[in-house]
Amino acid sequence: MSTSVLYDVPGPKAIARNRILAVVTVVVVLSILGFIIYRFYLSGQFSAQKWGIFTYTTIWNQIFVALGRTLAAFGLAAVLSIVLGFVLAIGRLSDHRAVRVPFTVVTELFRAVPVLVMMMLLYYGLPSVGIKMSPYWAVVIGLVVYNGSVLAEALRAGIESLPKGQKEAGYAIGLRKNGVMRLILLPQAVRNMLPVIVAQLVVTMKDTALGFIITYPELLYLAKQLSSNVQFGRPLLQSAFVIGGIYIIMCLILSGIAKWLEIRLRHSPKTKGQPQPVGVDFGGNPLGAGGVATAADPRQRQGETLTEVIATQREDGKRQGH
Amino acid sequence: MDVIFGNLDLWGEAITNTILVFLGGGLIALVLGILVGAMRVSPVPIARGVGTLYVNIVRNTPLTLVFFFFVLGYPALGLPKVSFLLLGILAIGIYTATYVAEVLRAGINTVPVGQAEAARAIGLPFGQVMTLVVLPQAFRSVVPPMMSVFIALLKNTTVAAGFSVAELGALRATINDAAGRPGNPLEVLLWVALVFVILVMILSFIQNRLEKKWRIAR
Repeated sequence: MSTSVLYDVPGPKAIARNRILAVVTVVVVLSILGFIIYRFYLSGQFSAQKWGIFTYTTIWNQIFVALGRTLAAFGLAAVLSIVLGFVLAIGRLSDHRAVRVPFTVVTELFRAVPVLVMMMLLYYGLPSVGIKMSPYWAVVIGLVVYNGSVLAEALRAGIESLPKGQKEAGYAIGLRKNGVMRLILLPQAVRNMLPVIVAQLVVTMKDTALGFIITYPELLYLAKQLSSNVQFGRPLLQSAFVIGGIYIIMCLILSGIAKWLEIRLRHSPKTKGQPQPVGVDFGGNPLGAGGVATAADPRQRQGETLTEVIATQREDGKRQGH
Repeated sequence: MDVIFGNLDLWGEAITNTILVFLGGGLIALVLGILVGAMRVSPVPIARGVGTLYVNIVRNTPLTLVFFFFVLGYPALGLPKVSFLLLGILAIGIYTATYVAEVLRAGINTVPVGQAEAARAIGLPFGQVMTLVVLPQAFRSVVPPMMSVFIALLKNTTVAAGFSVAELGALRATINDAAGRPGNPLEVLLWVALVFVILVMILSFIQNRLEKKWRIAR
């Protein structure tokens, strides 16, 4: 994107001003970075001793084991939260009050409790009533409960944004509730909401790091462990940078997939004819929905072919002529 | 009920700290977020680049790791001592600022292109295009997602509990590690969860009211 709609192509004055702003930005950013790097240098964070810990194969083996644990928690939580998301969404859309109300309450409750409090409840709280749980399951269930309810809301929004005609057409060709939901509504809602679902998976990935607080030995926990290594001069910031880099790369990959899906969906022919934002005229009325001029204006007869429109106009003309 | 009334002092401190982290973090997030959001739509390419880099990196970093850098990493730099509470506020503010910036940018994108073009056509410069035409219209569509960001911020304050800030999430450890305090972990955590549910409900209620007040009439 070279020019935005928000501003004109800059003239000589604006070019000069933009240059000054650019210089100011660079100076501010560089001075912040420079200060941090200077403090790093002063406190000896660049010393070979502190970074030396990452030259050992055993350390990298530990990192890969911890990475495996992070991915194990993420993988299971991702699959289960998608399943839970479907269950909660369909339950909340039920026609029966007795089903809809409890599902709504559960979804809202799950969404309101912070993930960390949920994990603590499972790990520290449940032993009081005699249920012991390993940190792994506390992390997975905590993530599933929260992300499942968020995904449920996304799916529900996806289903409710579909045109009403889809559901009615489904019933009209004789499908039952199950068929309408499974064959007509869900496939479209899932396709529309795919970017949101993948973006939520990024959140799941980031939240696995909360396992650190309830002693699940994943990547960040390992970073803390490495940082207490006296032999290498307590390399805290160093391990935070290396482990942080791993997290950022994993999340960037997932975010990249989400963005790619979004762009692909926007250009996909399958999503043409999906709910497009309704055109609005300046009075705020949706186009083509009643109004005085509607009948006479061929542009506003949506859903009719041009020949049909011309034919009706001819009919109108004949009637007026006689 | 003993859990509450036997530890009233601790509950008071915890709720105060949670609200402090929420308000402090929210303020930093709002100021920094508006700044970064402005940078991301500005006519200066370098400012746009810096804003995009900041948002992309911080949004893809777990909040726990941001806390790790600030609360555990800062003391390693040998700078003057700062309380864990303040470091926690900084961490959560800098993390949430990226979400605020994205909400603002998305809000600006909902304003029809013609509005900005018309504003430019009558000769308004960038500053006036934004403040007189685009931002007032973007404001309406920004309010609901912005409240969602703040609800998420409120829930994220619990992460500070893992980093020596005595707030609601840390209450279980404080009560159970002290001898003679009434209440088992399950009770404490259920009450904490209840407090959060109530706080989130209050924020959702405000969100609904604001959304109704500034709904775009169509």
